Amino acid sequence: MTMPLELNDIQFFLWSRPRALAGRYEFLSFNDRAHARSWLSGLLDKIQSAEAAASANEIDSRWVTVAFTWNGLRALGVDEGSLETFPEAFKQGMAARAQVNGDTGANAPEHWLGGLASNDLHAIAILFARDAAERDRCAEQHAHYLEECGGVVALSSLDLEAIPPYTYAHEHFGYRDRLSQPEIEGAAVTPTPGSGPPLKPGEFFLGYEDEMGTIPPLPQPDILSKNGSYIAYRRLEEHVGAFRDFLRANGKTPEEQELVAAKLMGRWRSGAPLVLAPQKDDPDLASDPQRVNNFNYGVQDPHGYAAPVGSHIRRMNPRDTTVNMNRRRVIRRGGTYGPPLPEGMADDGVERGIAAFIGCADLARQFEFIQNVWVNDKEFKELGNEHDPICGSQDGTMDFTMPRRPIKRVIKGIPAFCTVRGGAYFFLPGLRALRYLAEQPAAVAAGAAT
Amino acid sequence: MTTTTDGNSKTLTPSLHGTEIKPGAAMYPDPNAKPVQGRYGSHFPHTVVNGFTLICPIKPGHANNIREAGARIATQVISDPYFLAPLALHSLRWVIFDNDTKFAYIGWFDTDFDKYVEDAVMLFNQSGVATVFENLEGFPTDWRTNPRAFADYCRAHQCESFMEYVEYPDVTAVEVIKALSLKKSFGHMLDRMQ
Repeated sequence: MTMPLELNDIQFFLWSRPRALAGRYEFLSFNDRAHARSWLSGLLDKIQSAEAAASANEIDSRWVTVAFTWNGLRALGVDEGSLETFPEAFKQGMAARAQVNGDTGANAPEHWLGGLASNDLHAIAILFARDAAERDRCAEQHAHYLEECGGVVALSSLDLEAIPPYTYAHEHFGYRDRLSQPEIEGAAVTPTPGSGPPLKPGEFFLGYEDEMGTIPPLPQPDILSKNGSYIAYRRLEEHVGAFRDFLRANGKTPEEQELVAAKLMGRWRSGAPLVLAPQKDDPDLASDPQRVNNFNYGVQDPHGYAAPVGSHIRRMNPRDTTVNMNRRRVIRRGGTYGPPLPEGMADDGVERGIAAFIGCADLARQFEFIQNVWVNDKEFKELGNEHDPICGSQDGTMDFTMPRRPIKRVIKGIPAFCTVRGGAYFFLPGLRALRYLAEQPAAVAAGAAT
Repeated sequence: MTTTTDGNSKTLTPSLHGTEIKPGAAMYPDPNAKPVQGRYGSHFPHTVVNGFTLICPIKPGHANNIREAGARIATQVISDPYFLAPLALHSLRWVIFDNDTKFAYIGWFDTDFDKYVEDAVMLFNQSGVATVFENLEGFPTDWRTNPRAFADYCRAHQCESFMEYVEYPDVTAVEVIKALSLKKSFGHMLDRMQ
């Protein structure tokens, strides 16, 4: 029998997506244990569980999430015995795993912003707000709270805001987003056709059965790790000017340019999948949840004549063309930052992009596998000299192949449309664990770990 | 006839198959190779005949378990030919030697083992290949949930080649299969044109 999910303990963050149009991430450093615990204690009643967020009403206007790096857990007083029981990838941190994740060249941690590559990064406070005014109000309140607490400093922060039109989620290149997300067993949501069956909770939350049918060993003590998840943060700058230049250089007409954009993604910018709409965009298909995800590659497009084998969505979710797909799924959260670049305007040099979290139960098996094997492996599906054309590491020497009859089209020298400007691995504890971290005296914490 | 670097003339061996596909060979270890960070430790170096030569001690009295597992897998390939395909193998050879005390797993495959270690764990689990490993001394008991331990075991028992030779370098098993399929289809098409 499946163990029921403790939704009153799991943070809402990976369970549900609040109706927020703005957000703010604050990257924090703890000067000492006492102040860190005091700061966390004062926030506990503001952090919603999955259950609380599910019963949210119109009055709710902001949602708070808190997570910690491995160094942050140590700074909070978690003893060395416990710290050692966390997985290697989390212990090392994202900056130290740069080669695994393909964060090289311009994407390398030495170029990251906001102190994210530093061992002084201890925690993140994530705010989702109904609108920018509410975000600013909460940010001001938190700044006052940090002053009151003392001993907890903001290394940096990032404001997020949805970009117009607000009727559908999309990013700065104009692609519709959030079309394909895994569902979890126990959620009262029926997956849309083509999305696969709901996944075992253990793929995302620690202490539950996963798709292998096992409950992997928990980092110790159980009270700290049960109901927790790992989230990989990525701040990806999007080079909108370079992207539009590329489309113009590789498509003679607006229609051809739109097709090139669609080929890079595997979907038209409307969200309509190329597998179902290979020749022409189909906005009605894009807005129909019963159809927009209902396709496969192995039978419907084995050679990539519709969606190129190296296109972004075919790498992020190869569906029926890979094995153990259910062991590689992740839950994405986050949003856009920076002002939109109006169509027709030259790039203004202002940083804009996506700042997102990839949630999972195992960073190495899920997030790092996707980065290492699907996004940044030249040998992906035997393509030979390609990385993900949207978010892969690009140095101007890679290709992008568009299979077509009779002869494929290969575009050489793909520029980088995105640059990694920061990243970090965080542990997202359950609410009981947050109380444990805030309240347990150091001596008790050491005893509990044995 | 060609001139070698020492100025002597030498007659090169002609291709026996009338193509320009040249065999390759390499000496190891490669002094220029740099360790590549993998998800579960440094990557195994990719070689011209990429894969495993694992020499592992067998638990006393367990050699026949390994033989039986091998027989089961061979039988399963006959009834379900593609079930090992995700391992991207060209070939696999299993040898028991030294009076049933040692086992050699010699596999030539295209993928980087480190990249697909969980897929290998899953497939080993489903296919019965795992049974073989469970009869080996020192194989981690938590291998199902600990891919790092599985990778470390393989790393500890890998015997690096000092020379490797291949008739068709840089060609994957899938490419060989596709070429053979194309040859078959093309022959079939020509037959139909008669």
